[in-house]
Amino acid sequence: MSENKIIRNVSRRTVLKGSALTTGAAIIGATAPMHFIRNAYAADSFRGDPGSGKSIFLGFNVPQTGPYADEGADELRAYKLAVKHLNGEGDGGMLNTMKPNNLKGNGILGKKVEFVTGDTQTKSDAARASAKRMIEKDNVAMITGGSSSGVAVAVQGLCQEMGVIFMAGLTHSNDTTGKDKKRYGFRHFFNAYMSGQALAPVLKDEYGTDRKAYHLTADYTWGWTQEESIKAATENIGWTTVNAVRTPVGAGDFSQYITPVLNSGADVLILNHYGKDMVNSLTQAVQFGLKDKMVNGKKFEIVVPLYSRLMAQGAGDAAKGILGTTNWHWSLSDAGSQAFVKSFGQEYGFPPSQAAHTCYVQTLLYANACEMAGTFAPWEVIKQLEGYEFDGMGNGPTLYRAEDHQCFKDVLVVRGKEKPQSAFDLLEVVKHVPRAQVEYPADMFGGELGPYKV
Amino acid sequence: MSNTQIATPRQELLYMVVLSAVVLTMPLWLQPFGAAYPDLMQKFMIFGIFAIGYNILFGLTGYLSFGHAAFLGVGSYTAVWSFKLLSMNVVPAIIFATLLAGLFAWLIGFVSLRRSGIYFSILTLAFAQMSYNLAYSVLTPITNGETGLQLNQADPRVIDRMAGIEATSGLPNTNLFGLEGTGYTGFYICAIILIVAFFISMRIFHSPFGMKLRAIKSNQTRMSYTGYNTRPYLLTAFIISGMYAGLAGSLLAMTDPLAGAERMQWTASGEVVLMTIFGGAGTLIGPLLGTGIIKYLENIFSAFNDSVLHNMFSFLPDWLNDILTAIISPFVGEGWQLLLGIVFMLIVIFLPGGLMEGYGKISRMIRDRRQKPADDGSSDTQHSTGEV
Repeated sequence: MSENKIIRNVSRRTVLKGSALTTGAAIIGATAPMHFIRNAYAADSFRGDPGSGKSIFLGFNVPQTGPYADEGADELRAYKLAVKHLNGEGDGGMLNTMKPNNLKGNGILGKKVEFVTGDTQTKSDAARASAKRMIEKDNVAMITGGSSSGVAVAVQGLCQEMGVIFMAGLTHSNDTTGKDKKRYGFRHFFNAYMSGQALAPVLKDEYGTDRKAYHLTADYTWGWTQEESIKAATENIGWTTVNAVRTPVGAGDFSQYITPVLNSGADVLILNHYGKDMVNSLTQAVQFGLKDKMVNGKKFEIVVPLYSRLMAQGAGDAAKGILGTTNWHWSLSDAGSQAFVKSFGQEYGFPPSQAAHTCYVQTLLYANACEMAGTFAPWEVIKQLEGYEFDGMGNGPTLYRAEDHQCFKDVLVVRGKEKPQSAFDLLEVVKHVPRAQVEYPADMFGGELGPYKV
Repeated sequence: MSNTQIATPRQELLYMVVLSAVVLTMPLWLQPFGAAYPDLMQKFMIFGIFAIGYNILFGLTGYLSFGHAAFLGVGSYTAVWSFKLLSMNVVPAIIFATLLAGLFAWLIGFVSLRRSGIYFSILTLAFAQMSYNLAYSVLTPITNGETGLQLNQADPRVIDRMAGIEATSGLPNTNLFGLEGTGYTGFYICAIILIVAFFISMRIFHSPFGMKLRAIKSNQTRMSYTGYNTRPYLLTAFIISGMYAGLAGSLLAMTDPLAGAERMQWTASGEVVLMTIFGGAGTLIGPLLGTGIIKYLENIFSAFNDSVLHNMFSFLPDWLNDILTAIISPFVGEGWQLLLGIVFMLIVIFLPGGLMEGYGKISRMIRDRRQKPADDGSSDTQHSTGEV
């Protein structure tokens, strides 16, 4: 054991020496590089300031992998198109129809728009890491994107801490501009409450007031609030809720969740799913023969409260006749929608999805707010966006409400077409629900916006 | 090979000095690689700690655990809860996270270590996946499920409130007695903890305890026959590496106070195995190297897109530029894992001992060449233990 003893003797000395040296090195190391600490700003400086540079950078943080990857790919296409239009390339798209419009097609405030991309993987961790990289390394002035409310809430929180504006992409949870709203976060997309309010009257007309509903819900913030909103809205028209079951995101196989529906006595299945999850659950529900069943003397129905053309495309025949709501659809005939569909189609050869639309609009709105503010300083840009009223962007007159940074506009109730004319003509608009019908008081969901300067 | 030699104190000192210097000057020398931003450097440090700890189990005993992400997750959740309930100071968060992860490791290790080899791996994998699914389903009141556990303006923060610190505007920052837990200060906090963690791991490597762990790796049966009960040693190693993982988890929560269940997924456990093998299992510095390379690939290469590549090759003629871009683009951006896979394959085939084996081969080659003319170049590596 003599060897052990030697080692032990030695270890005490080494500990002392090592720790002394480490502390020394630490002090030197920690003080030396202070001069290039980026966030050692003066009071009026801000992150993402292009300074005297020729370009302004925007961060496009979208899911490129995972259950919402299709939406993410379409969002990225829209962002690239928006950058083109902002820089005065292409046909200008909605720059020609947007009212009021301060954009000149020479970038933003005379600076060329450039962008960096990142993959959120539809995971909060990965999305925040990617957003942090954009802020700390690429010095972006604004972050936008995302196709999941969980991610949107997480990234929005980060952007508030870092003082960078977040223009949310596709996020439908009430929390994004409710409980978890932030001063630096803005949402153009509609939310679950609006879906419920828009959908319920149509459901009443189509399926009557005596129905028993069964919910399958994606188990995260969006699913929870959508389940709550749809439940409240349908119970308001006299429906009862038999059961509400939570399913994991990206489950793939939903058969174990669908089998119990058959014996539950429910006659309506409400799928609070989105993206590939919805494609899978809807297709499997139809394969199980739910759509052809008669329950309680009524035809069994399936409802997908948040619908999109991409999902209808994925679900194929299963989507036929299914009711739902959507933020926007390419078949709309107003000038803004047509201009966007035209330039998107010319660029990529197919019409844009609602995810692409909301992302494109968000980018333009941010750019426009910077022009109005005359600076990239986020607190000034925020003030321009708050309470901003605009038109010509595809949804009719729209208001960015100052109290919760939520856009208020018309909502579309759509149905999967029985006889589609083309591969993209999959949804028909059943009802154009006016903005007044989906409005709600700003303090309904609670939450706190936080400060202008962080 | 360093894992069979008994290191002299001077060598240990040298290790510590070099490591400290390299780590603390990272913001300078990472600049040309485009990696000198706080978030990535914090990740280097944090996952470095994770890999160092993992190496104590896998590198020394050869027990391949596929469930260490569970301890990382436990550490993160504990730390965020400590931020919510107690204080935004990171000290209680780190202490509780490390202890709780150790407790978890004791429970899981107690069961899993009844078996060895592939059965042990499967057991740990099962436990980790169980924790992941629990975090998603039954435990959502604690973990907040898919959305992830986050801080809130209205959290109690008992100790902070008692000390009279109120969050007036916006969310409070994590801090170490006033030093912010994010940005560059966050990196330095992580870096110093990494250096300490490395020191402890080095002492374990060179201690009689470490020797016993190595004996388990080389022949557990023979060790039992010599009268040693191997299980307590294994369990201790398992708990220590679990605590390292918990520490790493709490630091993740410090730099970004949000804990998501995906941190506990089996892919996260696999990542640390990759890091360790990549750099060289059983070597001191190898896991750190592996961490650096994998995190660099993940964060930098995954952000490359076609336009970045075009810019990179802009000095070439257009047609060559297009061809190169077309060849490389599937391996960067969303395809970065493809690149990682190829590099990993190459390493495992040609350098089964990881990057450290490559380093050893090269340094031996140089030494041999120097030795041929004059036989004096290598004497400095052969100190006897008696010399101080």
